[in-house]
Amino acid sequence: MKLKVKDVKFSYASVPILKDICIELATSEVLGVVGPNGAGKSTLLRCIDRILTPQEGCIMLDDHDIKKLRMRELAKKMGYIPQSTSNVFPATVFDTVLMGRRPHIGWKSSDEDTEKVLETLKLLNIEDLAMRDINELSGGQQQKIYIACALTQEPEVLLLDEPTSNLDIRHQLEVLDIIKKIVSERGISVIMAIHDLNLAARYTDRIIIMNGGTIFAAGEPFSVLTAENIKHAYGVEVEVNVHAGRPYIVPIRPLR
Amino acid sequence: MTSSTEAISGTQTKSEEIKAQYKKFIGRKILFIFFSLFLILILAGIAATIGSFPITVTEVYSIIWRCLFQEPATTEEFVVWNLRLPRILMGILAGMGLAIAGTMMQGILRNPLASPFTIGIASGAGFGATLAICFGAGIVGGEYLIIGNAFLFALIPTFIILGLARYRSATPETMILAGIALFYIFSGLIALVLYFSEADPAMDAYFWMIGSLGGRASEWNAVTSVSIVLTGCVIPLIWKSWDLNVMGAGDERAKSLGVNVERTRVFIMLIASLLTAGIVCFTGTIGFIGLVAPHVCRIVIGGDNRFLIPASGLFGAALLLGADTVARTIIAPMILPVGILTYIMGGPLFLYLIIRRKREYW
Repeated sequence: MKLKVKDVKFSYASVPILKDICIELATSEVLGVVGPNGAGKSTLLRCIDRILTPQEGCIMLDDHDIKKLRMRELAKKMGYIPQSTSNVFPATVFDTVLMGRRPHIGWKSSDEDTEKVLETLKLLNIEDLAMRDINELSGGQQQKIYIACALTQEPEVLLLDEPTSNLDIRHQLEVLDIIKKIVSERGISVIMAIHDLNLAARYTDRIIIMNGGTIFAAGEPFSVLTAENIKHAYGVEVEVNVHAGRPYIVPIRPLR
Repeated sequence: MTSSTEAISGTQTKSEEIKAQYKKFIGRKILFIFFSLFLILILAGIAATIGSFPITVTEVYSIIWRCLFQEPATTEEFVVWNLRLPRILMGILAGMGLAIAGTMMQGILRNPLASPFTIGIASGAGFGATLAICFGAGIVGGEYLIIGNAFLFALIPTFIILGLARYRSATPETMILAGIALFYIFSGLIALVLYFSEADPAMDAYFWMIGSLGGRASEWNAVTSVSIVLTGCVIPLIWKSWDLNVMGAGDERAKSLGVNVERTRVFIMLIASLLTAGIVCFTGTIGFIGLVAPHVCRIVIGGDNRFLIPASGLFGAALLLGADTVARTIIAPMILPVGILTYIMGGPLFLYLIIRRKREYW
């Protein structure tokens, strides 16, 4: 297993957010994390990237406890793209993507780092934006740039928090296609918190549904995204159809 | 076949194009740094000739050259070496230090409105100096009473915020709010001391707080002290500039890129405070340099702190030197404290920047 999350508990002040979470992630696997607002999805990702420290339990990356890794060492292996970022100061796209090299380099960036940035910009087809200020770009373009930044970091595990929120459907598909492509090309593993159940069904290998800080269901998209599970987790009546070999969820009405 | 080769060469030229553009952008930053350096040299030349005692530029330089090897003998030599040169150097060093401290404070607080004084350094220093001036009370005695007191009290807010960071994580919001609270506390204490003191020392204390490059600030030993503090502080700040760039994109992203955000923020705050205190204790609180210089430089060269630190340092030096030259000449033979001028000129300049900015920040 690439990544193991064992009995992780986390609470803010004394409000428990995560209760005994256990997850295993294989190499080159895409795990989708779905669940209602406040279920603990973002907190889970933050714990895995050690932005938050769980009160109990441990997280093992390649059989090493991440608590014992130095921050820079962890950053070489794990990338994280938060749901929203705000830049206060001007920064070009090129410089922003170059920041992904931070765990690997000292004060000065080398030609190799420049090449890696150019390579990633090309991979994501955003070369034209290279010298633009990131704050002038649309939400979809910004999301691509943050993905580019995480890719130049060359992580083995990539954590994404709502990568498609605020994106139009074209950007949603583009962003998720890119993630799928790099998973197959570079063999990285991905954990992705995502609200859209249909995108989750289409782009992930396995799905877990979280609810109230616990894992409510886990497994293949078909076994997890059932009308019964969704009714329990979200309190919504849905119809589950099949489209292109994946479950396709049509929401009907919220339950009273 | 042809189309695929075209495609390959097309993407290659695109990469080359980006590289060329990037190099050009870096070239522009370096050009700006040299421009600021040039501006300092010009202003220093002008400042050295201006005054109640007329001396030409060539004379100035030959006097400086001679005095490097011997004690000043003539009146001209004395004027240039002991009065004008240290004042010019102090202007350069103080402007540089305040601008760099401002850049760092804006960076760690992620707030373009921050300055070296945001976390209460100015009012702390002001209280220390007021205590010394009005009551002769202080931690260091003798002729360094005011300077020593101002320096130590300037650092009190920083240490209070350091202490707070043990209970609440050192977020920009915590630090700014604590800074405002400390500003009020020290302002109140200053008012209290002034209320109970005689008119003359109260006036002196008030003038101290305006900030000037005259008196104590333009003595050679002040210049030496400030240059030591500046060198000692700027090196670690430049070393941390890459981390500061990463923190500009938010704490979470910086952490995921391996930066220990809280520790870096506290470290930079400490160094920037030392730098500010080391200057302010000689000059008093000279405002706006630390706020305006980083802004202007960000407009011209962008937000990369590796270039922004030297650029805003040099630009701040030119700004303060220019302001002091105006302050010395505007109602000659009277010399205004430069602090009055930086406030009066800085305000409109700042308003202009607000009007012409393109976005939420600049």
